[in-house]
Amino acid sequence: MEHYLVAMGVTAGIYAMMALGMNVIWGKAGLINLGLVGFFAVGAYTSGLLTLRLGWPIPLGIAAGTLVASLVGVLVAMITVRLRGDYLAIVTLGFAETMRIVMSNELWIANGTDGLSGIPGPFRQALGPHLFNLQFLGIVTAATVILFFLVERLVNSPFGRVLRGIRDDEQVVQVAGKNVVTFKIKAFAFGTAALGLAGALYGHFTSFIAPDLFAPLLTLYVKLSLLAGGLGNSIGAVVGAVLVVFFLESTRFIIPLVPGISAVQGAALRELLIAVALLVVLRFYARGLVPESIPQPPLPTAPPEAAVAIERVR
Amino acid sequence: MEVLQLIVNGLMAGTILAVPAIGLTAIFAVLRFTNFALASHMTIGAFAGFVANVTFGLPAVAALGFAFVIAGLVGVLSDEFVLKPFRRAGFITTAIGSIALTIALENIVRFIFGNQLRGYDLPILRDWNIHGIRVSPQQVENFVVAVIVMAALFAFLSFTRVGKSMRAVADNPMLAAIKGINANVVARLVSFVAMGLAGLGGMLIGLDTTIDPLIGFKTILQIFAAAVVGGLGSIPGAVVGALVVGVGEELSLLVLTPAYRTAVGFIAILVVLTFRPRGILGQRAY
Repeated sequence: MEHYLVAMGVTAGIYAMMALGMNVIWGKAGLINLGLVGFFAVGAYTSGLLTLRLGWPIPLGIAAGTLVASLVGVLVAMITVRLRGDYLAIVTLGFAETMRIVMSNELWIANGTDGLSGIPGPFRQALGPHLFNLQFLGIVTAATVILFFLVERLVNSPFGRVLRGIRDDEQVVQVAGKNVVTFKIKAFAFGTAALGLAGALYGHFTSFIAPDLFAPLLTLYVKLSLLAGGLGNSIGAVVGAVLVVFFLESTRFIIPLVPGISAVQGAALRELLIAVALLVVLRFYARGLVPESIPQPPLPTAPPEAAVAIERVR
Repeated sequence: MEVLQLIVNGLMAGTILAVPAIGLTAIFAVLRFTNFALASHMTIGAFAGFVANVTFGLPAVAALGFAFVIAGLVGVLSDEFVLKPFRRAGFITTAIGSIALTIALENIVRFIFGNQLRGYDLPILRDWNIHGIRVSPQQVENFVVAVIVMAALFAFLSFTRVGKSMRAVADNPMLAAIKGINANVVARLVSFVAMGLAGLGGMLIGLDTTIDPLIGFKTILQIFAAAVVGGLGSIPGAVVGALVVGVGEELSLLVLTPAYRTAVGFIAILVVLTFRPRGILGQRAY
């Protein structure tokens, strides 16, 4: 049981990191990324391949995974950022699917649909499975906390203010003399870096990655995390991720209780439940558990003398 | 000769691809959003046709009609009850909503029919060989159906009052409203026709190979490619784009393995968006 909870905690941490990254892209800059699972996969494969095939040390592999995912994010953003948002939606979704096709078919890079196994984890042999998981929970928690503070720092900086401005009214930001395109690309670069980092950590945790793991459903999980917790809000992103992992795991126990259904039907029911949950949250509860708080500038209040003067006139 | 064979195959495949691509682009033109739920409606059409063809024993052409109507009805209902409220909340919400919707609907199909590959009940016929070019009679039948459906659609849009009002709303919603065109009715009609076309297209693709609940999601990238290459929002563009993507995918076989056919669509999207974002026949892309 403890074993299971630890693994759940690691998954929650990884979802939280993705949600934090998406919070910058979607929650703050108002950009769409329907293929976030593709960037997650880029991080996982880059780090997995570098450590497994070329024997890079794990931290260096993770750094490379983060960087490559971010570079790909910049490329994707550069192509579409001047166009209507719909194009970014199509390109990001297409990117994730194409990634999956390439990874499934190119045996020489990543072993095709069989996936990569035996990705090294830090001190996996020395610690044994149980301690290893505990240690990884520590690593993921630390990474999530660091990312959390980075994101907080970023969104509360002038940079974050511009992003919110772009989300709420792009034209006003342009009028203020900001280069909207560069800001959008930077937001995308930061967000996809977080996705890549989460992917790299995931690969080193499970030691196995395969194209099937990077299905569009994972994109929905992260969106659901973000929405449930409260879009545009770092605490919300983390709370949401924990809630979603809890919800996902509980469906694992509830579904077998439904009488007279096969395994495939159970899996279908579970996916249906998740998709419907997202639709319901999106429709009726879009502000989430922890709504975004936008710092209000202090309103100019009339100085006391003026108030007194007004009073006198009356 | 090999190249000629590939071009013929590509034109046939492209014509079929054009049917759902028209649906996608029509929704974009009138309702102004990209509806990712098109994927599941293709799956629904393919399975509705399967029930008509295999369970009720109807011939394939009649089953295609069934696929159109069922997918169209599901399209109207899902738009009315799920997607319409999202449209007010902005395009990101709508896009994510339509992805969630497509996964929900796909899993309803999976719940009923399971994951296994299924085939339609079709007469087995020998391939025709015309001057060294091989075509199967089923391919030709699909091609002819697709051409007839598209001709009917163009006639509907050009000559009927309802079709004209659809184009009017796409062109200038405000002016259309002033002229007394009911945007709600037009929206429902577009959802019906577009998702019907998606369902029909799903079955046409399935007739060539096999069907499973993922059939829609597996082809959605090609359909987006067709619509984007032709110019999102332009119906003739969707046809041209579909032919370009269809032929391009076949010709890619000269240099790539078949598994990459879908990736060709993605590359086409990237190239078009980089050099000519509004596509071949589109109006604008910003």
